[in-house]
Amino acid sequence: MKSRQLIVSIVALASLLLASYSCASERKAERFITKNGMTILLLERDSLPFITVNVTIRAGSVFEAAEKAGLASITADLLTEGTQSRSASQISEEIDFIGGSLSSSGGIDYSSASLKVLTKDSDKGFNLLADILRRPSFSDMEIERSMSQIKAGIISKEDDPSTVATEAFNKALFGDHPYARPAEGTLESLENIGREDIINFHKKLYRPNNVIMAVVGDIDKRSLKKLLKKHFGSWEKRALPLPEPVMAEQIKGMKVELIDKKISQANVQLGHIGIRRENPDFYATYVMNYILGGGGFVSRLMTEIRDNRGLVYSVYSYFNPLKDPGPFKIGLQTKNESAREAIDESLSQMKNMAKNGVTEEELRSAKDYLIGSFPLRFTTNAKIASYLSYMEIYNLGLDYLDKFPKIIEALTVNDINRAAKKYLHPENYLLVVVGDKEEIGKL
Amino acid sequence: MKKLKYLVFTIALTLALPSNGLASFLDNLQVDHLKNGLKVITIEDHKDPVITFQVWYRVGARNEITGKTGLAHLTEHMMFKGTEKYKKGEVSRTVARHGGNENAFTSQEYTAYFQTFSKDKLHISLNLESDRMVNMIVDPEEFLLERDVVMEERRQRTDDDPTSVVVEEMFAAAFKTHPYRNPIVGWMSDLQNLSRKDLINWYKTYYLPNNATIILAGDFDRSEALKAIKKSFGSIPAGSTPPAMTIKEPEQLGERRVWVKKEAQLPFIFAGYKVPNLGHPDEYPLQMLENILSAGKSSRLYKSLVYEKQSALYAGGSYDGLSKDPGLFYFYAGVKPGVKTEDVEEGIYLELEKIKESGVSNLELQKAKNQLEASFITSQDSIFYQAMQIGRLDAAGVDYHYLEQYLDNIRKVTKEDVVAAAKKYFVADRRTVGILVPLKKGGSDEK
Repeated sequence: MKSRQLIVSIVALASLLLASYSCASERKAERFITKNGMTILLLERDSLPFITVNVTIRAGSVFEAAEKAGLASITADLLTEGTQSRSASQISEEIDFIGGSLSSSGGIDYSSASLKVLTKDSDKGFNLLADILRRPSFSDMEIERSMSQIKAGIISKEDDPSTVATEAFNKALFGDHPYARPAEGTLESLENIGREDIINFHKKLYRPNNVIMAVVGDIDKRSLKKLLKKHFGSWEKRALPLPEPVMAEQIKGMKVELIDKKISQANVQLGHIGIRRENPDFYATYVMNYILGGGGFVSRLMTEIRDNRGLVYSVYSYFNPLKDPGPFKIGLQTKNESAREAIDESLSQMKNMAKNGVTEEELRSAKDYLIGSFPLRFTTNAKIASYLSYMEIYNLGLDYLDKFPKIIEALTVNDINRAAKKYLHPENYLLVVVGDKEEIGKL
Repeated sequence: MKKLKYLVFTIALTLALPSNGLASFLDNLQVDHLKNGLKVITIEDHKDPVITFQVWYRVGARNEITGKTGLAHLTEHMMFKGTEKYKKGEVSRTVARHGGNENAFTSQEYTAYFQTFSKDKLHISLNLESDRMVNMIVDPEEFLLERDVVMEERRQRTDDDPTSVVVEEMFAAAFKTHPYRNPIVGWMSDLQNLSRKDLINWYKTYYLPNNATIILAGDFDRSEALKAIKKSFGSIPAGSTPPAMTIKEPEQLGERRVWVKKEAQLPFIFAGYKVPNLGHPDEYPLQMLENILSAGKSSRLYKSLVYEKQSALYAGGSYDGLSKDPGLFYFYAGVKPGVKTEDVEEGIYLELEKIKESGVSNLELQKAKNQLEASFITSQDSIFYQAMQIGRLDAAGVDYHYLEQYLDNIRKVTKEDVVAAAKKYFVADRRTVGILVPLKKGGSDEK
């Protein structure tokens, strides 16, 4: 019976592979570098007359000084709030009038901007996009406005228990590493940021040779090149700084933080430092985590803690592999009284995975899902644009779409189990709980 | 607008606008009926090698009775707990093993189930959806476990989120008799009392081919797909027509206000006006009002409250006429520290008054039309969204031909229509207001 099942899944897999290859070969993304150093990724897709543009700038919070936390984020926020030739209102009027969208935001390793316009408005869209990236005015009035907005946002975050938990988790986990800080900064650190800081941050990092631009939709290479030349051609490149390397220390033993809040659920986050994206074990770790808690309704955590015990609505685990090693985390929410039980069960799942690894059958199912669902990731301009950016950020190469299924298929139970042993640390972890201390009891 | 992710359970949606001369997914849509009354809507779109398969049951929270709220949604959860053929967890495992994504959602009007697959996997959906249309098993233990899961869902998404509590309270005050007064997830005490028997009765009454619509969108061959659907679902017997929900909300005779005092950082305002739903001629000017007031940073509410006065952290409004019965055009704002709640609330009304008194500009009117037209085009990019749009229309009892006229109807809207609608509906007597009064830690009342 067992062997029969195996044959069936191998046949299913073969057809899946074919599906994803044909998908990849029908649509070839192109990559080129402009004279001033912008990395451009283009996927032409003419089914609907609009384009999506994702701009990724290596100008995230890792480039700011700790005492000026929030600098990268406010710089990105302010891009749309006025340029040398347009006020904030003019920018929003212009983009809204053509039914498009234009936005910018700060991140950890990167900051980003994105544009969506009908093809007929491409020139206008690129004009606006170039204007906000190249010539933001950073006026005192807009800085003040943004500051007040960000501060109110920081205060309001207190009302979202999972955000409170996440920030406490990052802070305790990453110590002096920039990943410890919330991207928008703190009420204190914002006080240390002045207009000069913002202008300098922008001048230093918002450079064509620091930009990845993914363009997807109804536009051909020639038209795109013309638009790039017209709107970005005179943007001057410049030597770029690298972020100062800081190593975060792995947790030793068990570290617990309980934040008291009068709410009905305990928001639990449990984990340690994970891996960087460039780690060659990324794929084995990724599949291992899919089985542990990344696989939605079919993961071990979901099956045990939700389906078999009814303790949670949501439970998950993930590795967030960034440029530096990001966090590994199990997260869940359960009524205060069951916090202990849910934590114990999470830990036991983690231990079991580290000790005993996965079965052949689990691995087969994981591969079938990850390979079979791959085409679903490339179905809209927005999804494709963000995937292309991701591929470039981590140097995965344009043949990644063809490579991914092969890499996953080649993984063995041994690979997965080795990754589980190496990258899960059930004896050395951080536990953050936000909830009603009294009802939760002893942790 | 991340803040407002859970503001209302219905899914916000900009209506599709078929545009003259523009290809529309409606051109590739066909409606068929099986003999047992099952409606099948197919939308062929070959741009990506994927499909979405959805089953929409025309039953939602609106069909629940007092003391049994949450039943529609709990049934949705139980549909993943097994049949004779697919034991507990097997539905999800089967979908995953075939590279699919799946989920389900419940609103006031419908309960819908979906899978998204690469194009050669239609048969997987057909097998499991036709099976669970008739063969759901409600194991007593599983029932209790899943009821616990839903209570956790309620705690997470409502009880521990102060703004969600305000939304719930406001709807409960705005509707006195109509079931729109109840939260889709259900009141906690009702959840505690729901029984396995309630659920079985519900399933038997409403989960019928003649009370369902299948929507298939994406890359497939229509005649083959229809044949396969007929084969899987055709033999399921029709049942008696489910009872209609006949409750009508009486006219509101004056403003209603509710306050929620809860530990929170910042006040929140949520104000809804009774407005007609789709099918009423005023829906088009109302749609335009939504855009003029709330679409983009150049819209009136953002510009006035967030940008100019800097009194709100966020501010906007929403009109969604896609419901079976008349609902609300609601406005919301997060009050910034140090600002009086009353000032922000008045600030919202002031923007409405300005439209009533001074009208809207040609530019604003054209901008709103451009926005709706552009979103018609871009929203079609997702086949899931295409299916979703048609599903919601169908559940509200509206034929999809309605969409073919929609853009023309929007284009016909004049400045005078917009002002007339604002005057007619944005009046205090039609309004219900919910205010979050933040309590500091330990429970003291602080304005």
